[in-house]
Amino acid sequence: MTATTTKLVATMPDFSFLRVISKSLIRLCHEPLGLLGLVLVTLIVSSAVFASWLVPYDPVAMDIMHRLAPPSFEHWLGTDQLGRDVFSRVLMGGQVALKVALSAIALALGFGLLLGLIAGYGPRWLDNIIVTLFDTVRSFPTIIFALAVVTLTGPSLTTIILVVVITSIPIYGRVVRTQTQALRAQEFILAERAMGASVPRILFIHMLPNVIGQLLILASMDVPIVITIEAGLSFLGLGIQPPTPSWGTILNDGYSFIRNTPWLIIAGGLPLILSTLGFTFLGESLRDIFDPKLRKDI
Amino acid sequence: MWFFLLKRCCLAVLIVLLAVTALYLMIHAIPGDPASIILGPRATEEMKAALAVKMGLDQPVYIQLLTFFGDVIQGNLGFDVFSQRPVTEIIMEQLPYTLILILTSISWAAAIGIPLGCYSAIYQNSLFDKVSAVLSVGTIAIPSFVVAIYGLLIFSVSLQWLPAIGAGNDGDFWDQAEHLILPSLAVGLGWVGYISRLVRSSMLETLSANHVRTARAFGLPERVIIFRYSLRIAILPTITLLGVGIGYLLSGALFAEIVFARPGIGKLIFDAVSTRNYPIVMGSVLVTTVLFVIATTLADFINAVFDPRIRTHA
Repeated sequence: MTATTTKLVATMPDFSFLRVISKSLIRLCHEPLGLLGLVLVTLIVSSAVFASWLVPYDPVAMDIMHRLAPPSFEHWLGTDQLGRDVFSRVLMGGQVALKVALSAIALALGFGLLLGLIAGYGPRWLDNIIVTLFDTVRSFPTIIFALAVVTLTGPSLTTIILVVVITSIPIYGRVVRTQTQALRAQEFILAERAMGASVPRILFIHMLPNVIGQLLILASMDVPIVITIEAGLSFLGLGIQPPTPSWGTILNDGYSFIRNTPWLIIAGGLPLILSTLGFTFLGESLRDIFDPKLRKDI
Repeated sequence: MWFFLLKRCCLAVLIVLLAVTALYLMIHAIPGDPASIILGPRATEEMKAALAVKMGLDQPVYIQLLTFFGDVIQGNLGFDVFSQRPVTEIIMEQLPYTLILILTSISWAAAIGIPLGCYSAIYQNSLFDKVSAVLSVGTIAIPSFVVAIYGLLIFSVSLQWLPAIGAGNDGDFWDQAEHLILPSLAVGLGWVGYISRLVRSSMLETLSANHVRTARAFGLPERVIIFRYSLRIAILPTITLLGVGIGYLLSGALFAEIVFARPGIGKLIFDAVSTRNYPIVMGSVLVTTVLFVIATTLADFINAVFDPRIRTHA
């Protein structure tokens, strides 16, 4: 047993946290797209985190006298149909988008991990049931599923998160399941079983560290998708409700006043495009650095 | 082979059944019964009760569900709450618009994406390859509804080159085609990226395969090697992607239909959701789910025909 342990320890790469981070940062900076993604993401995340301090105006304060104003020194991105400062609303909208993305992805990742481990390690019949459930959930197009749920529960932040969690669980679950199935036949797992380790111990102490890396990369690539869903639903008026700012609601306002001013649409769409591009470039580069094998699955 | 097909079909039917049951249960899980929502706040108890009986809401849920499935098999999806027209008729009116939009989008995306991916793979690591890789990721990342709104802003409102709303006059082919340009641009743009990336990676794989090396050794012309021996195999994953992707296509079509005020199943669902028109919501979600399941099953089947390894592994 000690021989196996030492062998395992010896073959394990050095996963000292800081070292991995600094190494991957250096490699990221050598790739133009990765660097671009990193810069964009840092910009967006920091502006969202410090949004409350950065906003020049109250994002919900109205000023009807100066409605639909073009960009100026007072209002960098102009004002909307109620005279609210669009730049402040864009900043706060970023905060909302990231909040939804983080909470939804964390929840989906947790549930997906659990179900995937059970499906991959559990008995065949349980595996079949879980996989069929995954397929069923995936058989609704996300937005149409969201529409159905919103009909029933009414639009709200919780609804968006709920929809994203339910539709993303199968994505994570499937990856974990495949990985777990491949791992369960490996020698170190067989050795654990022979030594009488409990199922939770095998799953969470031995399987989990082998699965989590791939899952985190998947999660980072999921961020732009979730941001898009939030903005899309809010654009349809089924997500974030006014007066709370969201990139989607700004786009919706812009769409309603498309013949009066192009600025609202430009202001609502641009941060959305930049953040989806940033997170996608970053996610793809991270994946290439940590796990080139994933590339095949697209 | 037949066993594989049968198994896939059974699974497809099971998924549709489960999906519809889930939707039905969700409608019944919410507080407030559909009858009072439909009739509005001023309805009397008698009116609600009468409508509940008419809609079969007084029966236990499993009986309602069985009745619903029975009706679905006979092609009856219920009646629109407001106009009292059959839901099937309404959906059949709207469905062609969505299907035309989806087909146009995916066709132009494939027409550009496949040569792009093929060319990138042949000239791997060239400048062309790198530029097309960045562009592909870019088009995938940008949300389709943003493309739709920006397209509307640039080409309809500012330049006034293309019509902004509607699907064009019935029977006027050019008018309808003109109305299709912007929506299909929005729905298809991301797919150019998806398809070119997928074709590129599978092309690279086949170009390094043994049979291609043998063909080269025999001195076959490069044209024959690429089109006859590589692209034919490399195109298979794209078919699967299209099968799985019909869900995304439907979501994209929904946004395009709303932004450009086009008729179609997406707009139908959206309007029904806004008015809480349950029969329409149920009917159209059922139809889209069936479409999705048929597409994935078909893609699996086509793959199994072309690639025997899949049949034996399934």
